[in-house]
Amino acid sequence: MFEVLGVSSQALFGQLLIGLINGSFYALLSLGLAVIFGMLNIINFAHGAQYMLGAFVAIFLLQYLGLGYWWALVIAPLVVGATGVVVERLFLRWLYQLDHLYGLLLTFGLALMMEGTFRNFFGSSGLPYSVPPSLTGGQNLGFMFLPNYRAWVVVASLTVCLATWFVIERTKLGAYLRAATENPTLVRAFGINVPRMITLTYGFGVALAALAGVMAAPIYNVSPQMGSNLIIVVFAVVVIGGMGSILGAIVTGFGLGLIEGLTKVFFPEASNTVIFVVMAIVLLIRPAGLFGRST
Amino acid sequence: MKRLISLTALSIALGCGAADAQYTDGTIKIGVMNDMSGTYSDLSGQGSVVAARMAAEDFGAARKGMKVEIIGADHQNKPDVGSNVVRTWLDVDKVDVIVDVPTSSVALAVNEIVRDKNKVFLVSGAAASDLTGPACTPNTVHWTYDTWALANGTGKAIVKTGGDTWYFLTANYAFGLALERDTAAVVVKNGGKVLGQVRHPFPGTDFSSFLLQAQASKAKIIGLANAGSDTINSIKQAAEFGITSGGQNLAALLAFITDVHALGLRTAQGLIMTEAWYWDLNDNNRNFTKRFAPQYKGIHPTMVHAGVYSAVTHYLKAVEALKSDADGKAIVAKMKEMPTDDTLFGKGTVRADGRKIHPMYLFEVKKPAESKGAWDYYKVRATIPENEAFRPLAEGGCPLVKS
Repeated sequence: MFEVLGVSSQALFGQLLIGLINGSFYALLSLGLAVIFGMLNIINFAHGAQYMLGAFVAIFLLQYLGLGYWWALVIAPLVVGATGVVVERLFLRWLYQLDHLYGLLLTFGLALMMEGTFRNFFGSSGLPYSVPPSLTGGQNLGFMFLPNYRAWVVVASLTVCLATWFVIERTKLGAYLRAATENPTLVRAFGINVPRMITLTYGFGVALAALAGVMAAPIYNVSPQMGSNLIIVVFAVVVIGGMGSILGAIVTGFGLGLIEGLTKVFFPEASNTVIFVVMAIVLLIRPAGLFGRST
Repeated sequence: MKRLISLTALSIALGCGAADAQYTDGTIKIGVMNDMSGTYSDLSGQGSVVAARMAAEDFGAARKGMKVEIIGADHQNKPDVGSNVVRTWLDVDKVDVIVDVPTSSVALAVNEIVRDKNKVFLVSGAAASDLTGPACTPNTVHWTYDTWALANGTGKAIVKTGGDTWYFLTANYAFGLALERDTAAVVVKNGGKVLGQVRHPFPGTDFSSFLLQAQASKAKIIGLANAGSDTINSIKQAAEFGITSGGQNLAALLAFITDVHALGLRTAQGLIMTEAWYWDLNDNNRNFTKRFAPQYKGIHPTMVHAGVYSAVTHYLKAVEALKSDADGKAIVAKMKEMPTDDTLFGKGTVRADGRKIHPMYLFEVKKPAESKGAWDYYKVRATIPENEAFRPLAEGGCPLVKS
């Protein structure tokens, strides 16, 4: 047993693990944002609201249809993703040729409307949602008690992140996607339906947010403002990782979770500022972000 | 057009009735400011506006020829936003009294402005006992509860039943720090020990890392000196990390019935908390709730809402007695002179330091089997009589109190 600055290694390992768990939420959310920005050039400010929507859909499924967590994990992303497709078809597609600012304003407005509507009907205190029975309890790791559910969150998030990265960077479909962002006209000439591909990509990014929402429901308070509390941090993660870089989003998501976890031990008061300090430093040294390509 | 005519007729009628009283610009304007969109908006929010409106109706303001207007605003839990709203209200909109204002950092800022402008400040939502301590003013009445009363109720009860070592998880702003300070004093005074504390940013989302630090302290009791969704998340995650099943107990130093509703009884059962008011205590409260809930999404009133009702009622009585709403200091002096009496809080007094005095209650959250349904959540463990519920006048350090 050794000590670092008066903190036992035991406590330190525990905190690192928790940082990793929080990091998996950051990674999952920033992944969705990075996919949307990378492919559509839209800064999706509604991401936090869509994450909240995922959690609420999980609650509705349980309350009205009696469908539990595992169903919610599949259905909520599909439902929320479908709303994303509608949003893209109705609003976003008119904005691709315009400045980033328009997409940002539109999605920010949508986020406020969604949050306001939910607050009006469900209040701000939120609703209860339990950990699924098969994942209750936990393991005693010696240095800490690891709830089974949190372990599942890390594994699930890592799997989804890596799968997404693989699809976009290593498969033919991903190659089409990347090509379509670079030069849509040329890709269309090859007989590929680019607008539909873009629509589905946005739907997928939104579904990722909803998936994170369902995973968060049993451990965080499900309330209309749950997304706005997180979204700023997630944007910082995306900026640090490099806007639109998939790998950047994943790596910084987990990395910043760790940094935040350590801050919570050594200087808890600063734990919600540390990410922005890192962001400022990174932007000074590498304006395009850690994994971004400068254009 | 018809509507316009009837409105004109109404204002003429009201104007005639008020002719003998001196109300600034003819209207008593009540400004309810609180968190209308964030973590505290269920426990205060629009519900406080509803409660203030009900108070004015029940007082029969219109019948008595007093024209009362109630407006609301969101301070977003930010002292700068709150200060701006209050300045505009007092300078431009001719508001006479500021009501509610949860989030102690905002309340402390408003406290100063209201004193400078010589208006009235009725605090229901904010907790910091400093408002009747070093920061007390002749224009402020602290109505419903404060950190000293919470600490005294919950802290004492827990230390006396064996919870004698404490670790605090504290929201890092005026309210959390005051609650931690007051509770630590109670713990030490009753023979307990404080092993440490961790201060988290407000508002937070993930408390697991702070909870682990609390767990490592081996304290018997983890005192949650936070509120709203911070408390909900802390309790939820403490259960998840096996802290409660590992023998340590949580003390929710400030929790409202809306928090229990959000947690669900399965997670919240057995929690002990101190409150000034519960909707199911007696017939008066139940009747009030029957009228209140339909106007507020079915949410049952918290002690903050009840406090707004009670405070506005007493304020209107004082204004009626003085026949004027111009001089804030004089109104508050009148409020202190007159005994309080209303359907929700019964008989009571307002002390020289601005502290409203009434009994407090120690509640325990019911087990799911004991509850008859939604909102049936508390059973009374003890009633703290009014002479013990609040900090003794001499100990507060309020400059208004002459020793």
